[in-house]
Amino acid sequence: MSENVLEIKDLKAYYRILKGDVKALDGISFNVKRGEILGVAGESGCGKSTLASALMLRKPPLKYISGEANLLGTNIMTLPEKKFRPMRMNNISIIPQYALDAFSPTKKIRTFISDLVSEHGIKPNRKFFEKVRERLEMINLDPSTLDRYSVELSGGMKQRMIMIISTLLDPDFIIADEITSALDVSSQRFVANMLVKLRDEKIIGSSIFITHDLSILYQIAERILIMYAGHFAEIGPTDELVKHAKHPYTRALIASLPQVGIQYKDKALEGIKGTPPHLLNIGEGCRFRFRCPYKTEKCEKTPEREKISENHYVSCWNWRETMPKGGE
Amino acid sequence: MDNNNIIMKVENLTKEFSTGFISKEKTVAVKDVSFNLVKGQVISLIGESGSGKTTVGRMILKLLKPTSGTILYRGKDITQIEKKNEKKDYYRRVQAIFQDPFSSFNPLFRVDRVFDMLFKSFRKEEKNRREKIEEALVNVNLNPDRILGKFPHQLSGGQLQRLLIARALLLDVDILVADELISMLDASTRIGVLNLLVELCKKNGMTVIFITHDLNLGYYISDTTLIMYKGRLVERGDTKKIYEKPVHPYTKMLFESIPEIGTRWSQEEEFLPEQVAYDVRDFYQQNPGKGFVEVEPQHTVLFSE
Repeated sequence: MSENVLEIKDLKAYYRILKGDVKALDGISFNVKRGEILGVAGESGCGKSTLASALMLRKPPLKYISGEANLLGTNIMTLPEKKFRPMRMNNISIIPQYALDAFSPTKKIRTFISDLVSEHGIKPNRKFFEKVRERLEMINLDPSTLDRYSVELSGGMKQRMIMIISTLLDPDFIIADEITSALDVSSQRFVANMLVKLRDEKIIGSSIFITHDLSILYQIAERILIMYAGHFAEIGPTDELVKHAKHPYTRALIASLPQVGIQYKDKALEGIKGTPPHLLNIGEGCRFRFRCPYKTEKCEKTPEREKISENHYVSCWNWRETMPKGGE
Repeated sequence: MDNNNIIMKVENLTKEFSTGFISKEKTVAVKDVSFNLVKGQVISLIGESGSGKTTVGRMILKLLKPTSGTILYRGKDITQIEKKNEKKDYYRRVQAIFQDPFSSFNPLFRVDRVFDMLFKSFRKEEKNRREKIEEALVNVNLNPDRILGKFPHQLSGGQLQRLLIARALLLDVDILVADELISMLDASTRIGVLNLLVELCKKNGMTVIFITHDLNLGYYISDTTLIMYKGRLVERGDTKKIYEKPVHPYTKMLFESIPEIGTRWSQEEEFLPEQVAYDVRDFYQQNPGKGFVEVEPQHTVLFSE
């Protein structure tokens, strides 16, 4: 078996609307290794959630344009829905962004799970619920929760329940889309740790963890991919990317994060001026150039991906010139 | 501290909600909360969902009536403010900005309408309206030509939040309640809005109540921090002191869960958010009858209920 669970090559998926194409995912390439948690970060509109829907749903108006997404050697982008269906939950699964609203308010959680797995050809018998119970105990949820309605659970409990349901069939690959965004800090920590635990216990194979919060990724991801406005910006091992970022956008993003120990009174942080470009019918060129202080003529052409070290790649023409002097 | 600088005193504030039609069940959302607001300070009110932080904000805004306790604004009990022009006076001085900028604007009207309505209800006599608006917009780093005449959907969340800050500037705001002001904004834009808020607060002597669940942001901007847990104010005081030496078990747990770039969470023992309820109970049992105690100057902790 190959080392990569998922190989994405130059993937393009656009939202096709009357006015033209919204190029939300425009030539992204990366691999996810077996047993790895890859963090995907960027601000709203960078295409990180489009990436999730492109892999899982592929529903209009989102249209697959070109490129490959090889899951366990099969290009799922060209696979007809009929053949892809059995792969859902078994091979690839998603913990969606609005998971907290995913439950039906009129059904007990047990019924909700039964209905869901029957859809995927599994009998919700006693043996099956034995397994569900084990999983719940693993994450410190009382099995009696199954006989409750979703409204009786707190946000953190619902998110945990959804994570257990999404991973019931031990998927090889799971997309975690903003699973910590709607939670309090303490639940965030628990849920993020839970993903690591599911991986360590080999319940899930690999995962991509999509979020706008770099500091959570720093806690759990092995590598981090930074996207900007549908383009690839940088990818690298977590510590290297955070401490020795090369792309001007990655560096600005990290610099804008408030941390305990830094107060406005002592040192004001700097944000990034301006907003991301509209992606409707957007042309050639680096998409960060509109906000980049180091913009040159070269940037009118889309930058190529450049290898920095074994696992570290960056897409910027001028990163060498933009690095602060005296340090790396 | 100079007493003249205290512009609002919140004392023993309690709010109970009753649910049910015949048999009334009571939920205590806020219990016995007291604090002072000092002119020109940023105070962050931190807690998880359901801790009562928003309820406190809403009571200060007179959107909810306290069950008991008082809120004194410049010496006057705000629950006694009932007459229409008295209310108007109050809202001229105490304003709010909420989490979702898009819901603060009517999508059918141009954004200018918030200013028109403001002048209509608060500053009818104002002649140079356009000038005043432009001045306020420039103050929040917005280009008036690019903003005025636009519809809300044509602007970004960050721009809309700045616009609302500009609106507050047109009134002589004393107290601004910012309820999760920037949690819907992106990392790169929210710092700009935050910096602006603190800058204006210092320049105009405005007090900001910054309600948030993001501890990093709270540390970054606030002078004073209030930590709420299940309706109680459990720790209160100078921001740096609280973050350096948290005493209450809930505050400790909260600070241990902050995700920070460059430091990883401790993996020594398994982390369970539920555990804190037991820790807090034990903590209260170990210190019976102590109540609020000042552990050091400008740092007060709730030792028992």
